[in-house]
Amino acid sequence: MQEAGSKTIVAGLLLALLALGLVLVPVAAAEDTIKIGGIFAVTGRASFLGDPEKKSMELFAEMVNAAGGIDGMKVETVIYDTEADPTKAVSFANRLINQDKVVAIVGPSTTPTSMAVIPIVEKAKIPFISCAAGNKITNPVKPYVFKTAQSDVLAVKSIYVYMEKHGIKKVGILCVDNGFGQSGREQLKEQASAHGITVVADETFGAKDTDMVSQLTKIRGAKPDAIICWGTNPGPAIVAKNAQVMKIGIPLYMSHGVASPKFIELAGDAAEGIILPAGPIAVADLLPEGNPQKPVLLDYIKRFNEKYGSGVSGFGGYAWDGMKILDRAIPGTGQDKKKIRDNIENIKGLVGVSGTFNFSPEEHNGLGDDSFVMVRIQNGTWALVD
Amino acid sequence: MQEFLQYLFSGITNGAIYAVIALGFSTLYSATDLINFAQGEFVMLGALLLMTLWTQVSMPLWAAFPLAVLLVAAVGMVFDRVAIKTVKKPSPILLVLITVGASILFRGGAMLLWGKHSYSVPAFSSISAVEIGGAYLFPQSLWILGVVLVLVAGLNLFYHRTLTGKAMQAVAINKQAAELLGVASRKMTLLAWGLAAGLGAVAGVIISPITMSAYDMGTMLGLKGFCAAMLGGLGNFWGAVVGGVLLGLTEAMGVGYVSSSLKDAIAFLLLLLILYAKPTGILGKASSHRF
Repeated sequence: MQEAGSKTIVAGLLLALLALGLVLVPVAAAEDTIKIGGIFAVTGRASFLGDPEKKSMELFAEMVNAAGGIDGMKVETVIYDTEADPTKAVSFANRLINQDKVVAIVGPSTTPTSMAVIPIVEKAKIPFISCAAGNKITNPVKPYVFKTAQSDVLAVKSIYVYMEKHGIKKVGILCVDNGFGQSGREQLKEQASAHGITVVADETFGAKDTDMVSQLTKIRGAKPDAIICWGTNPGPAIVAKNAQVMKIGIPLYMSHGVASPKFIELAGDAAEGIILPAGPIAVADLLPEGNPQKPVLLDYIKRFNEKYGSGVSGFGGYAWDGMKILDRAIPGTGQDKKKIRDNIENIKGLVGVSGTFNFSPEEHNGLGDDSFVMVRIQNGTWALVD
Repeated sequence: MQEFLQYLFSGITNGAIYAVIALGFSTLYSATDLINFAQGEFVMLGALLLMTLWTQVSMPLWAAFPLAVLLVAAVGMVFDRVAIKTVKKPSPILLVLITVGASILFRGGAMLLWGKHSYSVPAFSSISAVEIGGAYLFPQSLWILGVVLVLVAGLNLFYHRTLTGKAMQAVAINKQAAELLGVASRKMTLLAWGLAAGLGAVAGVIISPITMSAYDMGTMLGLKGFCAAMLGGLGNFWGAVVGGVLLGLTEAMGVGYVSSSLKDAIAFLLLLLILYAKPTGILGKASSHRF
């Protein structure tokens, strides 16, 4: 009786605390679970990244738990929404480390939030797998920081290798005026000479601009062999439409930022003929049999669609791959963070959604050239080109 | 020459859009002395409603266009009744802050209704672009220019030839005197809100085939429209048109002959210079306190 009474009191106290908002995360017994933290931009302007990432992370944990967990322990995910705000990302990272006592963190979704979190995870010495694309996250290498998203270095390389093969010597570039565009612009200018390509026009547009005719006119005046537009929706769709109406007559290339069916929907028939690097997930069905990534991609797409109906994208794959890496690195470490980190660094040939990961002490992104394939938009869908 | 013409066409098209948004600012300002920072959101609502009515409900364009505009005008009027009229002690700064809050509310509501992604609608007419001296004039640009001219002419007729229009001006000039003469000032204010919101919606409708429509498109357009209205002289209709076209042309020429990364900087620099030289705008009256 007495025991039941004290239980009621404890429960009452917990309820009171909950009501006060002091206990935000259910306090589970820490011994029999492996806690992994996730911080994603689930809502807000980068929700197109964070929402599928959160879903993919939960999906992976479910899959692992259904198969018996890691080392016989269930995986528990603790996920917070950063709204793509660096300040929030920092406070949630602190909460994951100090309050939730997670063994590793996956996310955040964007480069600025990732950069803000890095000093904290480095200080706390906790394995951190970012889902953002920025090259500077893992360059220079920081001991506890890894990332799963392809960086624009590889995207630019894929385009230039393709152009070199097809005799394109002069390009005009048109980049969106934000972090994504600036980073792409730097890489486009930096890598050009290595492939015998000259950038003859360098223009930008605002992310909310409604008309890019002037920029395209100026680029056309420089007579490039091709135009590369670097941005995320909707800007590039407007560029494609403008180029079509003004009959620009110069091949248009785009970045992996528009490698989604949404772009084709927005640009309509103006998208026809545009060439871009895409994560292999966009063309999973088209990959040749025997490609090691094909079964991994099809499995991920099937699982995601079964659970959530639609919305599968390469973005969710970043978190999926992050979990896959941890699933490989955690067993046998007894949740020792240093050992997990060492294990990640030794992973070789892990086939994920974004590509094949080969980590080393000098390489914390681990992706190679297979993380992008060149595609052309044809009849409203993707076609492989080479 | 070919380049110059292309910049010119692009600048005039964008300028016409800014002009319609500026007209919305001016209409409301001249009737109520209020600057409505939710004007850009009316543009967004117009664009998204057109998309819904035209491409999702499959209404014909001739019906979807006016219906979208009327719906947004109704939103504007309801907003006036619910949020502006009910203020006990209306001070200008308080009302302006209410419109800022409303813009956030409209944006949030649109995000819930239409989601976070962009939508595209086809051009109003499927004819191909007109070539003039090597530059291409978009058919949608012709639509935009046509609609703007009709609007300005219509507004002029309304203000100078109809009793309601004259009554509205009377309220703007001196509210108490107008009331003494039997003008129902509340009705005029309500009408001004409907007119301003409707004008915003027209801008949204005619640009949606060129730009994409999304819940967050209004902020930047509202700001540009505000600049255009300030440039031309707030409250002056021809001023709104002159300001809009000047802003559009400066942007286009700035991109063409200076640098695309300085596009907005050039436009805002122009605004600062003009306001420094003539604080009431190009066509604004000499004193900001009329009469």
